[in-house]
Amino acid sequence: MNTARDRAIAASLLLSIIGSVGFMVAYAKQMSTQWEGFALACVFAGFMLAALGWSRWIIPHEKVVDLRDTYPQPLEERAGMVDWWEHGVANVTRRTWLTRMLYAALGVFGIAALFPVGSLGPEPDDALFHTRWKRGDRLQRADGSLVKAGDLNEEAAVTVFPEGSIGDSQSMAILVKLPDGLVKDAPQGYIVYSKMCTHAGCPVALYRSIDHRLVCPCHQSAFDVTNNASVVSGPADHPLPRLPIEIASDGYLRATGDFPEPVGPGFWEHS
Amino acid sequence: MIQRLLLWADDRFGTGTFVHHALKKAFPDHWSFMLGEINMYAFIILLATGTFLALWFVPGHATVVYEGPYALLRGDKMSEAYDSVLHICFMVNAGLLIRQIHHWAADIFVAGIVVHMGRIFFTGAFRNPRELNWIIGVLLLFAAMFEGFTGYSMPDDLLSGMGLRIAVSILQSVPFIGTWATFFLIGGVWPTEILIERLFITHVFIMPALITLGITVHLMILWRQKHTQFPGPRRTEENVVGAPLFPLYTFKSLALQFGVIAMCVALGAFVQINPVWLWGPYQTWKAISPAQPDWYIGWLEGALRIGPRWAIHFPGHMIPSPFWPGFLLPLVIMIGLFAYPWVEKFITKDYRQHHLLNRPREVPVRTGAGVAFFVFMLGLFLAGSDDVQAAYTHLPLNDLVWFYRFFCLLGPFAAFWITYAIASDLKKKGGTHRAERVRLKRKPEGGYEEEPVA
Repeated sequence: MNTARDRAIAASLLLSIIGSVGFMVAYAKQMSTQWEGFALACVFAGFMLAALGWSRWIIPHEKVVDLRDTYPQPLEERAGMVDWWEHGVANVTRRTWLTRMLYAALGVFGIAALFPVGSLGPEPDDALFHTRWKRGDRLQRADGSLVKAGDLNEEAAVTVFPEGSIGDSQSMAILVKLPDGLVKDAPQGYIVYSKMCTHAGCPVALYRSIDHRLVCPCHQSAFDVTNNASVVSGPADHPLPRLPIEIASDGYLRATGDFPEPVGPGFWEHS
Repeated sequence: MIQRLLLWADDRFGTGTFVHHALKKAFPDHWSFMLGEINMYAFIILLATGTFLALWFVPGHATVVYEGPYALLRGDKMSEAYDSVLHICFMVNAGLLIRQIHHWAADIFVAGIVVHMGRIFFTGAFRNPRELNWIIGVLLLFAAMFEGFTGYSMPDDLLSGMGLRIAVSILQSVPFIGTWATFFLIGGVWPTEILIERLFITHVFIMPALITLGITVHLMILWRQKHTQFPGPRRTEENVVGAPLFPLYTFKSLALQFGVIAMCVALGAFVQINPVWLWGPYQTWKAISPAQPDWYIGWLEGALRIGPRWAIHFPGHMIPSPFWPGFLLPLVIMIGLFAYPWVEKFITKDYRQHHLLNRPREVPVRTGAGVAFFVFMLGLFLAGSDDVQAAYTHLPLNDLVWFYRFFCLLGPFAAFWITYAIASDLKKKGGTHRAERVRLKRKPEGGYEEEPVA
């Protein structure tokens, strides 16, 4: 007997078959992601519809009733469990001092087993307290070029590294050329801050010249470039450290030392 | 065939009785009981597609120059990891499809867990004797979120690198142990050369093994304790009424399984997800904006954005502000979820075993509390994209930050009050039990008689 329902299930299985054949063709011919995926989706959609039809129309909707076990289990079995356990424990712990020795041995081993954790990484030491910047380092852009006074237009901002350390995360810094005289101790308006956000470590990659703000794209902390990069808004809780620089007699911008404070997000040993 | 296999097994292992009862095991007939199965099937998809991807992915940090077909990156320096992901996307036949199915299945996996937990919570299925399965479920939720995060962090693209950097900063913010824990977990100062290898082994071995173990125990407990059920005709605390596992429920469940697969495959085929080639390789000094994580990390992103600027200073020490929203809040939420069954027991003094479920309206306080929690999380989630909203609405970003702060603090109270009022009202009106279904039968002598239908 071929009812409309039977034919619908048959059509679903046919869809699956066509999908499988289609997938083989699409795969063999290296067709697009969309065609391969469409064929594969047809396979499973066909199976789904067939199983749905089967469960709705072919298989009778029987009901069964399961009885639950009740917990806790009957008292005598529970009592038996407790008795045998106590009996066993009593047999093992007949020598009190040996039992204590066993606990001691297990405990000491537990501590010993923790030692290999120490090999997972180096000790922090003072790694977070300094960067690769040192006195006399020239400022190098990511493309390798060195920054000379007069290179930057007013309100330009550029990422710089200590010469030879391009890409070093701790040392990355952002050089901004402010209008001369806006910040007293910025030579020719050049001012450099750590580029690592003091909130969660993202690069403070956006410079808004209209109000001299450095903005972090991750959580929108904003720092005032003209005021020691103090936090204007957002979740950052301390300013970006400022890199001391000078314009050397050869015209290159040079660091006169490392950042005075640890760069990046706070941590327990950071004061 | 299978029948002969069953007989063979019974000959050797005496499994006949067990299989008999298993085939006849009752599965209650309500759509919400199938939510948990979505996660199981999504996880199977993840294992299958993940195995395919692992055959191609190179968890390497070494720098290579891209020479593949994607013209915009040709000649760029990148890690072996990112290079291998581009290879999967552009060179491996069906590679992009499998990758996108994998990513979609992961998003559905976590979403399914959340919805399933909602069902368990609002119907009181977590009550005695199912507290342990609730705990395992919460653990599985957080494990799935962590597994997802490690997964989308591995390709070493710019977006994933930024996310990882934030996660590392949060770990670093923990008092006393943060710095040490960070150095031990990632192997030094960010970015380390060992990190991708560690993410890889975490993502393809440690977490899948733990999740598989969790699901196994979860299902074994479910099998042993049998399903809960809604009250109804013939249904009592001592029984389970439902469709037999074989054949009826098997085919229902198969339909769901194929449906989940078909959905993931169709999404993977037609809806682009995480196009890593657009982000470019991770470089420490670069960033993209706007940057949002996968949906299930969105609430953490939002918490970091609207979290208070509270840095606490001690002589020589500090607790930085990301600690509160980034570490403490998730910890408190996790502990709260663990503790909920006992909190409710403590408040209601109801320590009895329950196999019959509540409808949400029957327990207005619990339902209100659950909705309040969802509203709180929704506020955090929405705050995670406040920069995008500010760009679209032209509202000042800081106004949005304050809006979401108030939303998260006051919204839950409003949600509780409204939900409580609605639920109490519905409860008063009755309808807490489904009307009994009856079949009307015409009697030969005229008139009708009612016959109960289970």
